[in-house]
Amino acid sequence: MADYDIVTAARREGRLTASDYIAKLTPDFMELHGDRLCGDDAAVIGGIGTIGKIPVTLIALEKGKTTEERIRHNFGSAHPEGYRKALRLMQQAEKFRRPVVCLVDTAGAFCGVDAEEHGQGRAIADNLAKMSTLRTPILSVILGEGGSGGALALCHSDRIWMMEDAYLSVVSPESCANILWKDTARANEAAEALALTAPKLRRLQLIDRICKAGDPKALAADITAELTELRKMTFTELLETRYRKFRTAGY
Amino acid sequence: MNLRSFFLKANNAPEKSGMRFGRHIVCKGCGRQLSVARLRREYFVCPACGRYITVRARRRILMLTDRRSFVEHDRDLISRNILAFPHYDEKLETARANSRENEAVVCGTAAVDGHPVCIFAMDANFMMGSMGTVVGEKITRLFEYATERHLPVIGVTVSGGARMQEGMFSLLQMSKVSAAVKRHSDGGNLYIVLLTDPTTGGVDASFAMLGDITLAEPGARVGFAGPRVIEKSLNQALPKDFQRAEQVQRCGFIDAIVPRREQRECIAKLIGWHTE
Repeated sequence: MADYDIVTAARREGRLTASDYIAKLTPDFMELHGDRLCGDDAAVIGGIGTIGKIPVTLIALEKGKTTEERIRHNFGSAHPEGYRKALRLMQQAEKFRRPVVCLVDTAGAFCGVDAEEHGQGRAIADNLAKMSTLRTPILSVILGEGGSGGALALCHSDRIWMMEDAYLSVVSPESCANILWKDTARANEAAEALALTAPKLRRLQLIDRICKAGDPKALAADITAELTELRKMTFTELLETRYRKFRTAGY
Repeated sequence: MNLRSFFLKANNAPEKSGMRFGRHIVCKGCGRQLSVARLRREYFVCPACGRYITVRARRRILMLTDRRSFVEHDRDLISRNILAFPHYDEKLETARANSRENEAVVCGTAAVDGHPVCIFAMDANFMMGSMGTVVGEKITRLFEYATERHLPVIGVTVSGGARMQEGMFSLLQMSKVSAAVKRHSDGGNLYIVLLTDPTTGGVDASFAMLGDITLAEPGARVGFAGPRVIEKSLNQALPKDFQRAEQVQRCGFIDAIVPRREQRECIAKLIGWHTE
């Protein structure tokens, strides 16, 4: 399968979305709404549930399935309010020493006039900075699409996992081809060059694990095991390891 | 367009909002030819039409710091084509030639009114100030240096965003630098950002938006997504001052818009208030 086919497959309707995974990962999920500033962005689903007996804060970028749902969830593209809701719930998790699990599936942060005016850049930056010192384990899983800064804002984590058929990229292959070669038809070349598939990113040591797609049960077991390990670390160890993880990216 | 600027364009000679020719620069706002000596006195603001002419990173640092106080850090860090991305090597070479810099950011220590500071300035002439691993590494090292020594950091941003040719490595620089800024901040240290035209994409969504004090140049474009992307995806015309510093300030993301000739004094005052 060509890299570009992985990208288009990751976007296909009918795939398991984040809410499907949440339903399978936790028997008792309760959604918590709102950023406590001015809104509640449905592109981000947040709440608490237990994964293998561990209560965790779950934060997910949700695309929705039916047309109606997809519109309501804005096709998984979050506004600043969504990132601020995510941060609020992460800080709540920190207070109660609850691990955080982020499920990422987005083409990118929403590009629009209101998103800009409400500070999309600041919202993402704030998440990156504050997650870097959040005193509780954070684990992120890229389920399908991992589009640029909008995905990164939920990935300043102790572990970054990817579904075998997901992608994670600095830019969409189409935009990349358009900017570099003024030709969106060359998206397949761009996809190849960007090294955006799970196996390539694992080889570059930018992600920690490749997960079997469509198997929430196995994922739940892996998450439980990983969180149990991460919870054994002291906060100082945890934060120092997290800092080194990103510190060494590319250098 | 006069013949001279046409010729320069063909030669791909830079200086973004002003074409450079020997000791003269042609203002892109009004087309007037201005001597560099004159412009230096005017802080590179066109005396005829008021347009802000793009300033190289090094000149920027000279404009903001005490004479001869700047000591550069990590000048020799050079980008590699980690992903073997097509034509990236050639692009880097052209960028080095155009900008006379090794990378899109210049970092180091300097003094402002005698107070020691760390300073970085990005350079629009190097691949539009895009952030790859070397840019991320240099700025991270500067913040770590500043954190250890309790020094304030002054950052002058100009960037089109993350550097595509380095794939996920470049995106992760946002995380890396943001974490270093957070440590610097948690240490009780001051970070002043000066946003210049344009500051967008991954730089906007990381260290450009993490200052204790956020200053901007008049009219600078500041935003996450490019205006053309928004226009295209929404099919709507954008407000005239969309993503301009003045409008971004009204939205609540900029402390003060400071004209060029007042920037040095303004920053010196801020540094003074934060040093014993």
